[in-house]
Amino acid sequence: MNSWEYSESIESDSIVSIQSKYGHYYDGGFTSPKSKEYLKTVSPSSEEVLSSISIGNEKDVDAAVNSAKEGFKVWSKTKPIERAKYLYKLARLIQERSREFAVLESLDGGKPIKESRDFDLPQVAANFFYFAGWADKLDISWGTKEMKPYGVVGQIIPWNFPLLMLAWKVAPALATGNTVVLKPAETTPLSALLFAELCDEVGLPKGVFNLVTGDGSTGSHLVNHEGVSKIAFTGSTSVGKYIQNATADRDIGLTLELGGKAANIIYNDAAIDQAVEGVVNGIFFNQGHVCCAGSRLLLQEDIHDEFINKLEKRMQTLRVGNPLDKNTDIGAINSKEQLQKITSLVNEGVKDGGQLFQIECELPTKGFWYRPSLFTNVQPSYNIAREEIFGPVLTTLTFRTPEEAVEIANNTEYGLSAGIWTDKGSKILWTADRLDAGVVWANTFNKFDPSSPFGGYKESGFGREGGRHGLLSYLKVKS
Amino acid sequence: MSNIKEQTLSAPFTWASTLEILEGVKVDEVGVKDRVSSLATRSIKRESKLQALNYIVSMCDLTTLEGEDTEGKVLQMTAKAVRPDPSDDEVPSAAAVCVYPSLVSTAKEITTGTNVKVAAVSSYFPSGQVPLESKLLDTKFAIDEGADEIDIVINRKSFFEGDYRKVFDEIVSLKEACGDKHLKTILEVGELKTYDNIKKASLLALAAGSDFIKTSTGKIPNGSSREACYLMAKAVYEFKLKTGFSAGIKVAGGIRNSKDAIRYLVIIKEELGEEWLNANYFRFGASSLLDDVLKQIRKLKTNAYQSSYYFPRG
Repeated sequence: MNSWEYSESIESDSIVSIQSKYGHYYDGGFTSPKSKEYLKTVSPSSEEVLSSISIGNEKDVDAAVNSAKEGFKVWSKTKPIERAKYLYKLARLIQERSREFAVLESLDGGKPIKESRDFDLPQVAANFFYFAGWADKLDISWGTKEMKPYGVVGQIIPWNFPLLMLAWKVAPALATGNTVVLKPAETTPLSALLFAELCDEVGLPKGVFNLVTGDGSTGSHLVNHEGVSKIAFTGSTSVGKYIQNATADRDIGLTLELGGKAANIIYNDAAIDQAVEGVVNGIFFNQGHVCCAGSRLLLQEDIHDEFINKLEKRMQTLRVGNPLDKNTDIGAINSKEQLQKITSLVNEGVKDGGQLFQIECELPTKGFWYRPSLFTNVQPSYNIAREEIFGPVLTTLTFRTPEEAVEIANNTEYGLSAGIWTDKGSKILWTADRLDAGVVWANTFNKFDPSSPFGGYKESGFGREGGRHGLLSYLKVKS
Repeated sequence: MSNIKEQTLSAPFTWASTLEILEGVKVDEVGVKDRVSSLATRSIKRESKLQALNYIVSMCDLTTLEGEDTEGKVLQMTAKAVRPDPSDDEVPSAAAVCVYPSLVSTAKEITTGTNVKVAAVSSYFPSGQVPLESKLLDTKFAIDEGADEIDIVINRKSFFEGDYRKVFDEIVSLKEACGDKHLKTILEVGELKTYDNIKKASLLALAAGSDFIKTSTGKIPNGSSREACYLMAKAVYEFKLKTGFSAGIKVAGGIRNSKDAIRYLVIIKEELGEEWLNANYFRFGASSLLDDVLKQIRKLKTNAYQSSYYFPRG
């Protein structure tokens, strides 16, 4: 019998024009780096060099912060309704150019185009629209007019959702009257650089949005700059701890959105087929490069075998390959370093005694790839059940009672998100009440809305992004 | 091309085990919609589109089920089913024609000697609101006339009254009357409405011995939906896990264009697998779909989107 294969359906990359070299963006324009140093950004799906970006040193960061200080003088006096107009303009422009941004995200970061097109970009625009709406209504947000912006906000964002993390941070910061110095991740700077061009296009006053590219050292300069009144960071827990230490003796605001090792709890009375879908979406969305990924599958013991059978069958239908192919479900791992980290954690899991299932599929010869993987026969003491893998690797644990499910779910240093699957509403409420996690999804996973606050418990960080609560991350409220 | 599969379920499921299956049915509506809309984003282009379109032709049950049907109309349609596009030999025959019992022998005049089957709707299609004896007579008549396949409707009256046993028993009796003829059981998903009902009715029909489960009579609005097809695929898969029997699915009711039909194929491919991608396991019940598919095939081959009058009337 002939099989029916999907022909390649590639989203053209001719829509994006990437310059060979980028400077930093401050004082309302692009500037060559004072460091005179550059680093290459590559496409993780082809290892092709896409561009060179500037590495910001102390002087570059200093210049950007000074630009933001000047910008603040204007921006903090700009009428709230005017601030809103700029944000609305940005939102609309992002929508207009969303195909371009989506291709750029997939090229630079390796995520499948169907996700950058159908998830990242719509969410980016939605966040700008949402916070634009708040800009002139801050006085009713928390029932007090005694609220002030911090001033210059330093924002450091990760590589998993480059433009969306920019939106989560930049939109509320600008809406509340702060000015921004943003440091994008070193492997995924291109969409932020394009966003800077958009700021020019909408005529945002100079110094309001500033961008310094670079590596960890650049981020460190930003964190330690005395002109910065607030740091907002999304990334790994280890870097989060460094930042908290570095800012401990300064009068500075801080919000951290860090790692996670979320439990996805499947009770035996769940709609199993849809739970399988939710579990797949929970861990394989964006190659598992998601801080709130449902990376620990908690199965009630009596449905373990049935569930695992269905899950493995479903995983086998995942299509791994070229991120620009519209039929790709799983794209490339973001970097060589991340691939090595995933590989070594998985090897350790096998050595510990975990049983590993990986789907059969051809992987491209160039680029960084990892097969969607599932561990069973795992004990809670294994490292794969405790450490954040940040890749397409799911670890299965089992439980007997709801009490035990909650206990295992909370038995982690993290507390960012969790999922509950059951047909019974009362069990959802009972369980959600007892989970130490910032976001709890019921019979779904990885659903986002700008109006819903997001953030962690325990070592997953503090402060909230999104929603009315998200405004507080950028406002000093007098009581 | 479409030889009726030899494998049939040896004995219908017992009522006790059927009841057990029904009690375990749980469906999450949001999850179903999410999955189905995500499958709809598959981009089917070039060779894979042409292959899909040819599949659709070969899976078509070309249908006319009107009070005004005459021998003349059925002869026209059947001739078209045998040779949908006389100007292109690569276009396959349709799987079957689907008519009322009184027109089976007419269709047979043309299909004899070809691979095209004749399916008859029976059991007092579309409402089924008569006693079982009448449904059996209706069915036996269609078989005596030479029908290769029988499309029956489930007893929705009993289903909504909670008498699942009666729904089950009627299908068992009708299956018996069908003998080795292929039994397709219509659930009428647009009336069942809830996803739980659709999944339950699917399993009920399968356990009672249906060879195929089918979405709709085509006589109500919202006949078929991709969500229903997905749920039926899930039921077929579950039933296979329990019994080893691979049942087929027929989608009918409001599928009018190629793009929509291809989305159904994607659901079957990704939820059930390649094994189901042939007329023995998957069918489209349609009247106007075929013409759109033929136009699309010609467009892919010649780059010209031609008018209906280039294709023979069915």
